[in-house]
Amino acid sequence: MPKATTGDTVTADEDAISPPAMAVTGALLEDHVRRVPGVNTFELKKVNVHYGDMLAVKDVSLDIPHNEITAFIGPSGCGKSTLLRSLNRMNDLIPAAKVSGEVLYHGVDMYGPKIDPVQVRTVIGMVFQKPNPFPKSIYDNIAFGPRILGMKGNLDEIVESSLRRAALWDEVKDRLKDNAFGMSGGQQQRLCIARAIAVQPDVILMDEPCSALDPVSTGKVEDLMLELKEDYTIVIVTHNMQQAARVSDLTAFFTVAAMDDTSNRTGVLVEMDETRNIFSNPKDERTANYVTGKFG
Amino acid sequence: MADDSGYSSRVAMPARTRTAVGGAREVTEAMLASGDRRKRIRGVIFVSILLLGLTTALLSIAAMITWAFVAGGPRLNLDLFTNVPSVVSPETAGYRTAIFGTLYVIGGVILLIVPLGVGAAIYLEEFANPKNPFNRFVDLNIQNLAGVPSIVFGILGLAFIVRGPLSLGFVAAAGSLTLALLVLPTVILASREAIRAVPSSIRDGSLALGATVWQAVSRQVLPAAFPGVLTGVILAVARAIGEAAPLLLVGAVTFVTFDPSFFEGGYSTLPTMIYSYAKRPQEELQILAAAGVVVMLVLLILINSVAIYLRNRFERTW
Repeated sequence: MPKATTGDTVTADEDAISPPAMAVTGALLEDHVRRVPGVNTFELKKVNVHYGDMLAVKDVSLDIPHNEITAFIGPSGCGKSTLLRSLNRMNDLIPAAKVSGEVLYHGVDMYGPKIDPVQVRTVIGMVFQKPNPFPKSIYDNIAFGPRILGMKGNLDEIVESSLRRAALWDEVKDRLKDNAFGMSGGQQQRLCIARAIAVQPDVILMDEPCSALDPVSTGKVEDLMLELKEDYTIVIVTHNMQQAARVSDLTAFFTVAAMDDTSNRTGVLVEMDETRNIFSNPKDERTANYVTGKFG
Repeated sequence: MADDSGYSSRVAMPARTRTAVGGAREVTEAMLASGDRRKRIRGVIFVSILLLGLTTALLSIAAMITWAFVAGGPRLNLDLFTNVPSVVSPETAGYRTAIFGTLYVIGGVILLIVPLGVGAAIYLEEFANPKNPFNRFVDLNIQNLAGVPSIVFGILGLAFIVRGPLSLGFVAAAGSLTLALLVLPTVILASREAIRAVPSSIRDGSLALGATVWQAVSRQVLPAAFPGVLTGVILAVARAIGEAAPLLLVGAVTFVTFDPSFFEGGYSTLPTMIYSYAKRPQEELQILAAAGVVVMLVLLILINSVAIYLRNRFERTW
């Protein structure tokens, strides 16, 4: 499947040469299906997220295709992180949070009665805004996931391959026993990515993974994302529009809407499309204002 | 103002400008100088009061330590630790049985407070819903219990542990249980503090890898909170070692001249033994009591130093 995906992306890029041909017509979903035939990792149907009485995200329907990078962008408070956390049921940890609508993962309702959120998180990993290594050695940081999941195989090999995959091995191979807190911020974040890879997930969710990093480290993490999409479906929330433009294949733009009946502000999906369309030829005026910097 | 020698001679400012610059400087100076004398005096008085408080505290501690060393000096020898208490030969009597009693009682306290205190703290911090009224009631009561006078726990121990439902009798185990109840709130509060200080990103990071809440807590949160929990336990133990009041009610006043056991026979501890000696008329026993105070002081300073060392050694900024 990775091969097919890459090939398809190339075709899509050729299309970009003739913008009129890519006129923004036709249903958004059909467009995705054309890109990766029949394979959506997630399908969200009319998803609402409540925090107590407050509606944080309203009526979001979108598809997240397999082995691509999907970016969620939008102003602060538009619910993009909230939506991201509902994809691996991290929202369950907030007692008042409630997700309604359908979050289908490979066609399975993730909020169905038989679904164990702990199991969900073993296949859908997450990288957080601030690097959060465990206060342990680099080795133990990677080994923690495989250990608790009782994964078979040589632990040393899992650690090495995860670190190699995260392009971190050469930098840390001589100090695996050192505390991870001694690494730089960028290295810590790549360690967190390596840690997520170690449990062999299907999806990696990234919640503003570069917001605490300097430009050089950001570049490294972005390169890593582009490499990892060969094997993983990646969903990234970012405040950095250049980042979304650089790394993502698809972009979903969210905004904040004041609901009529309450003073609460609720996040809504404005549009989702191939990234270059969002940035060069958005359908909605709000998107155009946001990506050109007029708003937000 | 007029003789702005260095600067004006080189730049040759017009006279009007010079006057303006000089005036501005005076205004700035007046602004920065502390003008109000009364304000300054008030500051000095305030600092003096603070220093007076500090001096009083330090002086009384110094006086107590000096008194203990001077009064107990003649008896600071090995007999103090190895000889059993005696009123017949007070000049060679010691604290042997009281030291054993303290070891038994405190050993029991540690065995009780570590699992109970840490367990309660984990439950309250990680599993209990803080909005649940019952949990809030429990929370409030633990904080109140930490401030209950120790003699109250002594009466509780007498009624429920020595007599009543448990009926253990006046034994070291009863002392352990009573003291454990007394310091348990302290341990719970300190452990909760330590667990709360572990950032939630550590929990989230573990859970995002597919860990259960228990795995996240036992493998990441608790190890990270361990130094804080340990410090809390040590400070609680230090308090328990020094307690005399509740033990007086649960049997620790027996004048024991044989090595005690945990579940039967009388027992005494260091502080209650000091009390037993101090209330007797013989001068030798008064000296012995002072020597006991020195032993207690050294022991407690050692224990507190360990706690401070651990806290500094493992202190982490997240």
